[in-house]
This record gives sequence, structure tokens and C-alpha cells, in this order.
Amino acid sequence: MSTLARKKGVGAVIWDYLTTVDHKKIAILYLIAGGIFFLLGGLEALVIRIQLAVPNNDFISAGFYNEVLTMHGTTMIFLAAMPLVFAMMNAVVPIQIGARDVAFPFLNALGFWLFFFGGVFLNLSWFLGGAPDAGWTSYASLSLASPTHGIDFYVLGLQISGLGTLIGGINFLVTIINMRAPGMTYMRMPMFTWATFVTSALILFAFPPLTVGLIFMMMDRLFGGNFFDPALGGNTIIWEHLFWIFGHPEVYILVLPAFGIFSEIFATFSRKRLFGYSSMVFATVLIGFLGFMVWAHHMFTVGLGPIANAIFAVATMAIAVPTGVKIFNWLFTMWGGNIRFTTPMMYAVAFIPSFVIGGVTGVMNATAAADYQYHDSYFVVAHFHYVIVGGVVFALLAGAHYWWPKMFGKMLDEKLGKVTFWLFFIGFHLTFFIQHFLGLMGMPRRVFTFLPGQGFETGNLISTVGAFFMAAATVVLLANVVITTVKGKRVGADPWGDGRTLEWAVSSPAPEYNFAQIPLVRGLDAYWIEKMEGKKGLTPAEPLGDIHMPNPSFLPFVISLGLFIAALGFLYNQDYAWGKWVGIVGLLVTLGAMFLRSVIDDHGFHIHKEEIMEAEKKGAGA
Amino acid sequence: MKKWLLNWRLFSLFSLMALLLAGCGKPFLSTLQPAGEVADMQYNLMLLSTAIMVFVIAVVTIIFVYVVIRFRQRKGQENKIPKQVEGSHKLEIIWTVIPILLLIILAVPTVSYTFKLADVKPMNKEKRDKDVVVVNVRANLYWWEFEYPDYGVVTSQDLVVPTDERVYFNLKASDVKHSFWIPAVGGKMDTNTDNKNQFWLEFDSKRAEEAGGIFYGKCAELCGPSHALMDFKVKAVSRAEFDQWIEKMQNAKPVASTDPVVKQGEEIFNKSCIGCHAVTPVDKRPEQARTAPNLANFADRERIAGILEHNEENLKEWLRDPEKIKPGNKMTDTYGKLTEEQIDALTKYLMTLKVE
Amino acid sequence: MHIEEKLTPETFPAEPEKATLEGKNKFLGFWFFLGGETVLFASLFATYLALKDSVAGGPTSEELFKMPLVFVATMLLLTSSLTSVYAMYHMKNFDFKKMQLWLGVTVLLGAAFLALEIYEFNEYVHEGFKFSTSAFSSAFYTLVGTHGAHVTFGLLWILTLMIRNAKRGLNLYNAPKFYVASLYWHFIDVVWVFIFTVVYLMGMVG
Repeated sequence: MSTLARKKGVGAVIWDYLTTVDHKKIAILYLIAGGIFFLLGGLEALVIRIQLAVPNNDFISAGFYNEVLTMHGTTMIFLAAMPLVFAMMNAVVPIQIGARDVAFPFLNALGFWLFFFGGVFLNLSWFLGGAPDAGWTSYASLSLASPTHGIDFYVLGLQISGLGTLIGGINFLVTIINMRAPGMTYMRMPMFTWATFVTSALILFAFPPLTVGLIFMMMDRLFGGNFFDPALGGNTIIWEHLFWIFGHPEVYILVLPAFGIFSEIFATFSRKRLFGYSSMVFATVLIGFLGFMVWAHHMFTVGLGPIANAIFAVATMAIAVPTGVKIFNWLFTMWGGNIRFTTPMMYAVAFIPSFVIGGVTGVMNATAAADYQYHDSYFVVAHFHYVIVGGVVFALLAGAHYWWPKMFGKMLDEKLGKVTFWLFFIGFHLTFFIQHFLGLMGMPRRVFTFLPGQGFETGNLISTVGAFFMAAATVVLLANVVITTVKGKRVGADPWGDGRTLEWAVSSPAPEYNFAQIPLVRGLDAYWIEKMEGKKGLTPAEPLGDIHMPNPSFLPFVISLGLFIAALGFLYNQDYAWGKWVGIVGLLVTLGAMFLRSVIDDHGFHIHKEEIMEAEKKGAGA
Repeated sequence: MKKWLLNWRLFSLFSLMALLLAGCGKPFLSTLQPAGEVADMQYNLMLLSTAIMVFVIAVVTIIFVYVVIRFRQRKGQENKIPKQVEGSHKLEIIWTVIPILLLIILAVPTVSYTFKLADVKPMNKEKRDKDVVVVNVRANLYWWEFEYPDYGVVTSQDLVVPTDERVYFNLKASDVKHSFWIPAVGGKMDTNTDNKNQFWLEFDSKRAEEAGGIFYGKCAELCGPSHALMDFKVKAVSRAEFDQWIEKMQNAKPVASTDPVVKQGEEIFNKSCIGCHAVTPVDKRPEQARTAPNLANFADRERIAGILEHNEENLKEWLRDPEKIKPGNKMTDTYGKLTEEQIDALTKYLMTLKVE
Repeated sequence: MHIEEKLTPETFPAEPEKATLEGKNKFLGFWFFLGGETVLFASLFATYLALKDSVAGGPTSEELFKMPLVFVATMLLLTSSLTSVYAMYHMKNFDFKKMQLWLGVTVLLGAAFLALEIYEFNEYVHEGFKFSTSAFSSAFYTLVGTHGAHVTFGLLWILTLMIRNAKRGLNLYNAPKFYVASLYWHFIDVVWVFIFTVVYLMGMVG
């Protein structure tokens, strides 16, 4: 049964990935799918910037612009940033806590396929009558008025992919609670694991409100519901609340893992343990908690009244405190360190000033009375791109360079990596810094063009130029990936030489079973401790023996495919008689696959001791 | 790498200069050139928060630059292992407490201004004072209606307000959500489909004059293809002029023209347009029936369709194909194809609709 | 303890649902899932409360709701929760037959509840209270209907487990499955208590 050390054909490899339940392979799936959606979202961003390069431009039409704008936001948040974060989590967290896999390998695969089919479904809209065009927030009155099926694709696609995210969140919560190696107490967990833990909790509580909102909108658009129709007593503000009760924690769902990634990188390349580890943990938890208390700061201009606005303003400001603690802790991690400017470290270092700008403009936005000016202007666009790009995307790029050898066994080229970094860094600030001023000068966001003579020309042109720098950076990155894959040299367990956490103790890439023997963890930065004591490997916590592994399964793919078919059917429910039936067939496929999963016993298989010993010998030689 | 840094600094310098050259935007549009009480408060808050934030950025940057330069790996140190520091309670308390203090400094005026800006008591008094000006703003797909309920006057696209006093607004939307924003005069408020929002603005006479007497207004909530083109203009005039204008609007009478072309235009208008567009400012119909901009003072307006320069050529362009100018508007295809002659006549007629 | 081990009442652990790592994971993961479900229902309840008076000329809750029917339904579901506790009690005592029996009773009670709910909805529709009548009707059917869908799923789930394991009895592989299914059933019951209070009781006093 073992798949160790077997040469395989292309078909077999594809089948392997379609059925895999191995967290490392699922990480690669997330990375590829998320990467493709990232390119797509980036392309959409370029279209937006080209259209806005000069006043009264007619590069694309107004209606199409709204589709591109909506899909840019939706794709980047749900289909690029989230899955890329999941790629990092899957690649690293189980190994960081000394586990052989996640708690629910089957659900892990299911989570990926749900996200994937949801994303594909959403993008089908381009070819089937038009993409959603009401912004990624899809405010109810506009989205109900939208004439094409675009919004239906949005509503159904996000329900499917949201389900996948929710499953992923539960999986990591249980994994981190139940699967830690002996000695890996909570306060010895690497910062990235902590971030994953808190993020997963946020996912668990933030996604259901979004699902409910999407259900309401689906009911209204496809099944005659009246949740958001004021004529029949509905209320569109309900959508705004539900969306932002999800939407604000979503920011932290993205940015906390980013903080986690940078925490690892700062410690590694400063060759110092993380400064103020306990306060970092506390700050992470606090940010996660406060993240749920502040959603209405997205709604200051809705007319909730001064009391609500004041409360949410002050609560929002409070988040700056734990975030500030983190910034200073990172600075003091570097203080007295031996800093090596590798590509991941460049991103980490550049992240600090970039993210501080995003953070302080966040506080500015929190001042409700002044936010009446900022709200829905380009100031806000600048602010959240500083947070999402300067925080999350920098972290994902850093993490990709940092953990690439662990995922693929080869180092990305450092020279090209630095070229990517500089292009991206310059492009990023060039694009978004000026947008603060455009907003303050009176430019509303989500405009498909602007008229001459309002003072917006220079700023927009600079911004567009910047976007091309980022595009160039992406091209270099892709070239780097290709060159590395073709020509890169295999590396050993700890290719950066300064690895501190457990993932650097196993070969690159890690064997299917991660650890031949589950390690005994003796403190924070478990691998570093062993290294400093002059030991080669980890202290094992168990004798070498057979390792129990989960079976691969095709069912996650089928369950997700069923929902995909069902969504397609229900989308056409009101247009064609077959719509409903296709929808029901799709649901039956899903339920049938779930039924099979329930009735077929799946006890997994064992990798035998001898095979492990052989594999370890080879791995050590690599 | 140093060379890169130098280049980068030069580059930032240049972009900063470019910014200065562009100025802080236009006085009729920019929040950075406030022209009224509300915008002043918001501008003050902006300055205060910016000052605090620049202080924070400066502190971080100083530590950052020092750390990055001082503690970078030097030749011969490749194998040095620095001291592993756990943390420092003293430092951690410092950088928890100082931000809290800074935020309190910011929170106090924020809360106070938030309440001040929401003070709409004068407009909701059971018996409103006679001189309190209230405007009902109704946002529609790509045009704005302004109703002065106390004077029984309806107009659209150009909002006329008295300077140096608080003007109160009732805000709502008739189709999808929009947002009412006059950047130079004060922050925005959404026009919802479910409820009526209220707020006030004040237009400063001196600064209005400096801005040319006209402020630009914008829709700040994505509302469809022509969201970007849903502009309106604000004429801020003295109280006396405002009263005069109201009086003229109340007494506006259609002028019987002797020009046969204008007459022909009027006939076309009465056949094809009057179903939606009213030409008298005293429009007693309920708002649901008012499905298109009131044109009573059309010739006095600042812009055609809210965006084009106000001249006959642009008006003809608009009448020929509104879709080309404002995609997704509700006027397209509501009237038959017009010949050039009809368009000329219609244009002539529309240009006679004025009260001033 | 190994998962496929044949067990006797003596070797059967006190907490069979948590005796294996897989069982422990399932147990914890399912609790988290219920946490998410709680937020889901909380959002539905909040919306219902916001819209319950928006009848838009359609029937109001006072006109619609009938106490006897809802009361019987509530009793059925509460009792089914109790019988599922019995079933779990017998599971822990390694008495497979009695467990199956009580699960069977649970399923019957649940099915009766579901039948009453379908009857109730049918009545409402005949009285002119359709899904698209008003915002109130949409919110009502979505909240109560989501609960009904959970009941249906729970019934199918428990039935599947009962039939699948009918011949082979209890082991540490299926014990956690029975356990989480019963957890699910309790959760459904708790949600119903809230529906009964918030929707029906509050709806009848207005």
C-alpha cells in the first residue's frame, strides 16, 4: 500500500493529487490553485489601473469595469489570499507541532476541493452572461438590482468555497489542540502555529454569518425571498451587518497568519528567539477577540447613530494597541541580532514600515467623525491595500520563499528573489501611497473613470505606473519558480542554516509520515535547542515502529463536484425547467458521496518499520 | 544594496515634490481645503490624527533604521550566535501604555465630534423655526433630487443653499443605495433604500467665494455602471440670494415663447418627455411619480447630465444617445428616435427653462 | 487501544467515544462544528427578530401560530432528546441492542416531529402565508426550515449508522460516530427550544 519511493507516470501523479489526503500535497494544491487565482486577480487589477490611468478613458466599458472590480476584490480575498494562507498552514503547521498529519486528513482534502470548485464556479460567470458587478461587498440593494446572473455566481460560489474554509478552520483547531507532540505545550508553540490557531477560531465564528447572508441573498434572488426588499418589509442593512460581522474578522483571518509568518522569519534571520513571546501570543489572541467587536466601523456613514458610531470608533482604536505591541516586539527581536538579509527577511523588514502606514491609517479611519470624509474614498482603498498587500501579500511572498525548500526540496534563486522583492516593494508604494491623497482630494472609490480638471490626473497616472512594477515582479517570481523547478539543486533539512522550529528538522520535502519518530519537545524553538546542544536530530519520544497512515480518497472531489453541479442547476432554477432537477441531482451526488464515506470503513494503512528506515537513510543523504 | 536605497530615497523625494505640485486638490472638491464647519471639524481631526500617526511612524522608523543598519550581519560574523533574549516587561509595558495614551488623546475629540455632527434637533422640532433650511435629498440612478419641503420647491442636480448657517438634510434613495458627499464641505452620509438619514452641513461664505461659489458633490457608494458620473453641484449663496431664488422658484411661470422653433420643441417635450420630467418647480406629485430630474430651471444649471459643460452642443449629444454619456441611465430608450431637427428644437426649448 | 479490537463489556472503556485519537478528534471537532452552527443560528435568529413585524400586509404571527400543534411538536423533540440520552447510556454500557432500540425510538419521535412541521407549513401556505409573502414569512421559513433540514439530516444520519452497524455491534471505530450523531441531535433540540421561545411564544403574545 505504501507509496514511498515509487516512480509514477503523469496520470498516476494527477490521480495521486486528486485523491491525496496528505497535508503536504494539499498545501501544494492550495499553493497552485491560490497562485493561479492570484494571477487572475492581479490581471484584473492591471485592467483597473489601465482604465484609470487617464481621465475619461474608454479602455473598458463602465459595466465591465464594475465586473472586473468586483471580481478583483472577491478573487483576491476569497480565492487568492485565503487559499495561499491555507497553503502555508498546511505545509508547515502539522510539522511545527510535531504531528504526522492533521486531525482530519479527509476533511482537509474536502476543504480544498470545496474551495477549488467554489472558485471555478465563481469564475465561470465570465463565460455565462457576466460576472458579479456589485463590488466584493455586494450590498443588497445594488446586488438585487443587478440584471445578470453574476451575483448568483457570487452567492453560490462563495457558499461552496466558504464551506471549505470553515472545514479547514475546524481541522486546524482540532489538530493544534489534539495532535501536538509530547512536550509541545501551548506556550511552546511556534508563533505561526499560534496565529493559525487563532485564525481558525476566527474562521469558525466569522464564516457562518457570511453563509447566512449569502443564503438570504440566494433566497431573494432565486427563490422569491424578501429579506432585502423594503417594499415587502425587508431591510438591506441586515446584509451590511452580516457581511461585516464576517468581513472585519476576515481581515484578521488574513493578517494574523501573516504576522505569524513574519514572526518566524524575524527570529530565524536575526538568529534570536522572538522577543516577548508571551506578549505576542497574548496580542494575537486579543486582536482575534477584538476583531469581532468592531465590524460597524465599516458602516459609520450608514446612519447607525452617534452612540453606535462612537462605541465602534473607540473599540476599533483599541486594536491598535496589541498591533503596536507586535511591531515593537519584532523590532526588538532584530535588536542585538545577527541579521541576514535573505529574500524572506527583506519582505519582513519591508513589511514593518509598510504595515505601520496601513495600521495608522486604520486608526485614522476609526475616528468616526473624520471617517465620514475617508469612507468609500480612495483613502480607504489605499489603507486596506497597505494592510492586505503590505501585510498579507508581503507575508505570503516571504513565506513562499522561506518555506519553498521545505515544500519542494529546492531553494528559490536568491538573486531573482531580491529582484522580485525590489520591484514589488517599489511598485506597491508607488501604486498605493498616492491613493491616500487622491481620496482626500475627493475621489470616491469604485469609479470607472474620472473627469479632467478635478486634480486627479497625476496621482492616478503614478498609481498605474506602480501597478506595472508589481506585474513585473510577478513575472520575475514566475520565472524564478520555473528556473528553480528545472535547474534547482536538492537541499537538506535546514537549508537556511538557522531554522529554529521543528519543520527544519525533517528532510526537505518532509517524508509522507513527517517524523519517523514523534519528537520530544523541550522548549520554545525545539529544533534550535537541540542544535545548540550540538545534537544532530531531535530527541525521539517513541521507539521506531510501524506508522499508521490515512487512505487516499476520491470522495472529497466528488462531494465538491456534486455541490458544483447543484449550484449550477439552482442558478438556472428560474430560467429553465431543468434547473431544479440538475440542482437536485447535484445534491444527491454530494449526499451519496457522503453516504459512501459513512458506510465504507476506512482504517488506513501502515508503513512498516523497514520501509521507514530505508527512507530515512535516503532522506538523510539528500 | 546601498545604491538601491539611495535611488529609492531620491525617488521618494521626487514623488513628494510631484505631490506638492499637484497641490492639495481643488478648493471646490478637496477635503484638505475645508469650506465649512463640518469639514473644519473633520479636517482638525485629520490633522490631529495625522500628527499622532506621524509621531508613531517616526518612532518606529528611527528604531527600525537603527536596528537594520546596526545589527546586520557583517563579514566575519557568519557564525556568531547572538544572546537569546526572552523579552522585557519594562519595555513591553512602555509600548502598551504610550499608545493607549495617544489613543485617548484621539478618542476624546472623535467622540465629541461624532455627537456634534449628529445633532439634527433643530430640523426635528415639532414646530420648526422658520429660518431653518431643510432639504430632502433623494438619490436616484445617476441623478439627485433636492426638495425644499418648507417652500414647496423641487429641483434637481444643482443644490442651492444659503451660506453661513446650518443646512439640514433628509437623505434617502429611491432605487439602490447611494451616498451623498460634498467633500469640501463635509463628510458623507448614505442614502438608504430602507430609511431616512439626517445630517447637517454648513457652507462658509468666504471660502465658498474662493472656491468659485460652486462645490462639487459626488455619489460615494457603488450604484451601477455610471456611479462615477453621478455628480451634482452645490451653489452656495448668501441668505438673501437664497430667499430670492426660492421666491423665483415658487413663482416661476412658463414663458410663452414666440419663437416657432422653441414652440416646436415644447410640443415634442410635451409628447415625449413630460411623462417623467416636470418643468415647474412646484411639483405636487408624490415622489414615486417623480421619476426623472425636474427641469424647471434647467437653463440655469451648471452641467448637462451632471457632468458635461452646459452648452447646446452637449445637450444635443445627450439627447441623441444618453447611453453613450451615462451608461445604464434610465432615460435611454424611453423615447423614440429623434431627428436632428427635433433635437435642435428640443434643445432650444430646454434652454428657455430658467428662473434667474 | 486499537480501533478494530473486538471488545467485551469488561474491556470496553468508560468513554468509548474518546478512547482513540480518531475518536478524540471527532469529539472535539464536532463540538467546534456545533460552535459554528450556533453562530449560524444566532444570525438567523437575529434576522428573524429584526423582520418579525415586517408582515407587509400578510398574516401576522398572532394570526398564524397555533399553540397545541407546536406544543406537541416540542414535546416530541424534547422526548427524542431524552431517548437519545438513553441510547448513549447503553452504548457506554456496551449494550448494543438497547442502544439500537432507543435510537430507533429517537428516530420515530424525530420523524413525527418532522411530519408535524410539514403539516404546519402546509397549513400556513393554505392560509396565504407563503415563503414570498413578506419579509417576515421569508425569515420565518428560513429559520424554522433550516432547523427542519437539520432534523431531516440528523434522522438520515442516525438511520444510516443504525443500519450500517446493525450486524457488527459496537467497537471503538463506530462508538464515536454514534456519539457525535447524538450530540448533533441534542443540538437540534436546543435550537428548537429557542425557536419555540423566540418564534412561537413571543410570536403569540406579540
